[in-house]
Amino acid sequence: MTPKAWIASRGGARSVGALTTVAAILAVELLIRARVVNPFIVPLPSQILESLPRIVVEEHVLARFWQTTLEIGWASLLLALFGIGGGALLYRFRLLRAACETWVGALAAAPIVLMYPLFLVIFGRSATTIVMIGFAAGLAPVILKTLEGLAGTRAVLIDVGRSFKLTQAQQFRKILLPAALPSIFVGMRLGLIFAMINIVGVEFLINFGGLGQLINELAERYDLPGTYGAILFVILASIVFFDLTERAERWLSPQA
Amino acid sequence: MAESTGLGLGAARSRVLLVRTAIVAAILVAWEALAASGWLFRDVVPSLGAIGAAVGRLLVNPDFYANLGVTAGEIGVAMLIGGACGLAAGILLGANRFLSQAFESLLLYLGPTPKIIFFPVLIMWFGVGSGSKIAMGAVSCFFPVAISAAAGMRQIDRVFIRVGRSFRASTAQIVTKVYLPAMRTPIVNGIRLGLGVAIVGTLLAETKLSNRGIGYLVIQAYSLFDMPRMYALLIVLFVVAIGANELIGRLGRSPAAGGR
Repeated sequence: MTPKAWIASRGGARSVGALTTVAAILAVELLIRARVVNPFIVPLPSQILESLPRIVVEEHVLARFWQTTLEIGWASLLLALFGIGGGALLYRFRLLRAACETWVGALAAAPIVLMYPLFLVIFGRSATTIVMIGFAAGLAPVILKTLEGLAGTRAVLIDVGRSFKLTQAQQFRKILLPAALPSIFVGMRLGLIFAMINIVGVEFLINFGGLGQLINELAERYDLPGTYGAILFVILASIVFFDLTERAERWLSPQA
Repeated sequence: MAESTGLGLGAARSRVLLVRTAIVAAILVAWEALAASGWLFRDVVPSLGAIGAAVGRLLVNPDFYANLGVTAGEIGVAMLIGGACGLAAGILLGANRFLSQAFESLLLYLGPTPKIIFFPVLIMWFGVGSGSKIAMGAVSCFFPVAISAAAGMRQIDRVFIRVGRSFRASTAQIVTKVYLPAMRTPIVNGIRLGLGVAIVGTLLAETKLSNRGIGYLVIQAYSLFDMPRMYALLIVLFVVAIGANELIGRLGRSPAAGGR
């Protein structure tokens, strides 16, 4: 393969992208060292890299990561319970669906995280507030995708269930739920992403909890390399989280 | 037959309306009962009358409109900056396969991260005034617009581009006469999503560090434990946010409907 053909290939293009990013970071390092960029506003990228082991050890990143994971876990449990339950309820009662589906759609577009001061008053400055915001932010997509999955079950499958004289509970457990599972998981994935974004955001805003609080604390201490390092850590954690949920979704989809 | 179908539709609509009314009434009654029960701390759930009065007071208060103007201005400038940069990045990535393969993964990975975590950095770069809030809104808005525009670019029928080229159109003419009109729906959808996240980003930044704007009013009501005012602010905010979202959605839909 000629160098030109390699660069034009997918792997070549990705390598060029990665090299450009590294070059941009090196350029920032040089600009700061040359005092073109103020080092009291943007720390040296090398200092940020050096700060990573320090914040992992001294700021107990793993414990904070675990706390945020627990909050996401509780929110996902609530999402599975009320989101999937809500979707099934709307599927079961058509009139309720006709009355409420547009409301749930509007809820998905509503800026729910802005209600965090209200949640603070109701639940206090605690993990419950963070979990409840995450749950509220992720609820609408889980309900809508569950409903979509159940409503999209092929009629022939439902007829097969009827011909076997399955009860309604059996019909739901053995036919509707398995058929709707891929769509339900898409909803859970969307809900979890919304929950995760809001959980980290509220941790930062109320200065409580795991990774979000870490950024706030380091910023208030004016620990610039630490702040940038913590932001980098949250971005990496988000990327890993999205990647894992995407893989799980592919694994659960019928094509796989 | 058509008449009976029409009657059936009318009856179904009436039943839906009845269910909706019943749900709203049940929620309002439950709320009022909770407010009167004393189960929660006093004023955490104020009576509907107190919330209604607070909405009324808010809507005749000139101070509210001054703060609304500040927030609207910040969101408007954020949308202009973030939207324009997102559109340019999206067109560039969508038009060039090599650039897309090289850099679009960065966009896709950074897109769903919680943007509020960048706020301490933005304060250092742009100060504690409106600049950091505008930057927060612009960063939030950039990603959905760019991702949507890049996807929209790839959906354009290649024939349109070839026709433009055969007429020897310049790059600027191709962008304004072919790309933008053909990408109308994805761009409007991107702006719609971008507006939503720009509103959230700007307002959250205001709640964190500000002395003006709607976010500041919300956090001030929280600090003073003025719960009816907080509910009133949130209600007005939700109506404005959902209304703006719907308005942009209609702008995107209207030409297609008209063209039919």
